[in-house]
Amino acid sequence: MRLSSGTKLLLPFLAVMTVFFMAPLCIALGYSFMAPDPMGGVKPAFSLSGYQQFLYSADLDGNLQWDTRYLEIIFGSTKLAVMATLACLLIGFPMAWFMATRPAHQRDAWMILITIPFWTNLLIRTYAWILILRSNGLVNRGLLETGIIDAPLELLYNPYAVGMGLVYSYLPFMILPIYSSLERMDWRLVEAAQDLYATRLRILWHVVLPASVPGIVGGTILVFIPTIGSFLAANLLGGGRNMMLGNLIENQFGMARNWPFGAAISVLLIAFVMIGLMLIARRGQGLKGVVG
Amino acid sequence: MSDRLVIQSVTKFFGSAQNPVRAVDDLSLNVRENEFFTLLGPSGCGKTTLLRLIAGLESCDTGKILLDGVDIAGLPANKRPVNTVFQSYALFPHMTVADNIGFGMSMQGKDAKDIEKATADALALMRMENFGARYPSELSGGQQQRVALARALVNRPKILLLDESLSALDYKLRKDMQIELKRLQRETEITFIFVTHDQEEALSMSDRIAVMERGRIGQLGTPQEIYHRPVSRYVADFIGICNFVAAPSLGLSESGHIGFRPEDATLLIREGQQPDVAGPIVHGKLDALSYHGAVTYYQVTLDSGETVTVADHEKLPVGVDARVRVALLPDMLIRCAS
Repeated sequence: MRLSSGTKLLLPFLAVMTVFFMAPLCIALGYSFMAPDPMGGVKPAFSLSGYQQFLYSADLDGNLQWDTRYLEIIFGSTKLAVMATLACLLIGFPMAWFMATRPAHQRDAWMILITIPFWTNLLIRTYAWILILRSNGLVNRGLLETGIIDAPLELLYNPYAVGMGLVYSYLPFMILPIYSSLERMDWRLVEAAQDLYATRLRILWHVVLPASVPGIVGGTILVFIPTIGSFLAANLLGGGRNMMLGNLIENQFGMARNWPFGAAISVLLIAFVMIGLMLIARRGQGLKGVVG
Repeated sequence: MSDRLVIQSVTKFFGSAQNPVRAVDDLSLNVRENEFFTLLGPSGCGKTTLLRLIAGLESCDTGKILLDGVDIAGLPANKRPVNTVFQSYALFPHMTVADNIGFGMSMQGKDAKDIEKATADALALMRMENFGARYPSELSGGQQQRVALARALVNRPKILLLDESLSALDYKLRKDMQIELKRLQRETEITFIFVTHDQEEALSMSDRIAVMERGRIGQLGTPQEIYHRPVSRYVADFIGICNFVAAPSLGLSESGHIGFRPEDATLLIREGQQPDVAGPIVHGKLDALSYHGAVTYYQVTLDSGETVTVADHEKLPVGVDARVRVALLPDMLIRCAS
């Protein structure tokens, strides 16, 4: 078979994509349609049990019963991810604005400060929050010693702690795309709006926000996808009491030894995210003349 | 005519506290009602800074800016009844042409019906009736320019500020827009303050011109005054071509330098030829000539060693290195401070 030079140039890329992206996804998709092996792994037989378990549970007699536990976990995870993404947006936009409005030589310093947390493992950083939030942690000790409270507050092991951990972990992914949008914005547009009687708030709404839409969309995608699948924050800061989709998946491959079910949840999660992205992309097409 | 805008001893510093640069230096001027006023000068002379001070996009360090007698120096840009046409146009890329034009009125809380009508009128004034629904990226440079003009004019500002607004256009389009701007100024009866570094543009369009030099006004006057009676060598050199020779070289019994425009001199190429008007005549040698169609420039080195340029409508039958004489119009000699 003769390949055109253009196709040949694509081969390394295609090889990398196949090995690192397509193959794992295909394996996950395949496993999701097989039966679980109680010792871990899968039995090579076609089965829909992975998907079935999502909506039905079997009682001792083997009868299937409608079961909403997993749907509730999906709903809870989605809610938490949406809230965390919104919080990241509300905190991240002003921070990005602050960075973008600094003089050029200061911006790089702020960039480095924003990325410093990445130099340490996420597990260690999340664990550090336990030290800060636990009953005899930094926050409680400080409040006790200043006499603001009499007894330690229950700051850990609730949905708020999980949400906070998520916001902390993924905030930079919101700040950086918005910052890059704002930095590229034509500031003369702000002057033009000022000249045309716009107040500061209206300049923000009519000029700055539209210019940062690509960054906001990018940041939202970068934050929402990892948070909905994350398990570390829920494990450590939620104490396992607030199960997220990520925890559910992790459990099926770990303790529960139900790989097909774990794979099925993963496939559903990927499908869910892909549908969302396609909707954004389609909307982006309509916005092209506006944003681009 | 009364004064629309009076600028009183305005100074604007840039740079650090240790090393301040006076972009605008104790500058005063007045702009009349319904006037086409031009700020002319080379880049870095402070003309754009002065325009931004009037717009409110910069704040002045000292001095007053009176608009119809009221000091607006302390008002932010969005509270000043002046509008700007930016050099880069600065059209909002995410809004249609109509939304761009209606932006100012909508920010002022005007009625939607009024905005719609004013926008349609502004588009008609620009002869762009069918472009309301387009986005700026779908327009040519000249069309964007007209939208930027409409966006500013639709607010009926007391003063329209134009910052090098034509410099991005190509030659032909620029000529058309110059005529268009004059028409708009006549029809809208709005005071225009126009910033440019193009002296030809300034001469052809302005009622009055302020020639700026390092943050100050070198000369303020009508185009004819500036061209024929420049007060300094700087102004004379900036506006068109001006020859300067020592007075004794012209046979004049005075000191200092005498200036004259190329078209205020005649090249005499034959022995005994007399000029139409008697005046100083100097001898020299033709160095070079360049033909420009309507006019031909002759570069002559005088016997005193000074070089001058003479313009003639005709292409004279004369070659390089020929001995020639230059006859000057005595009324057109420029005597100014150097």
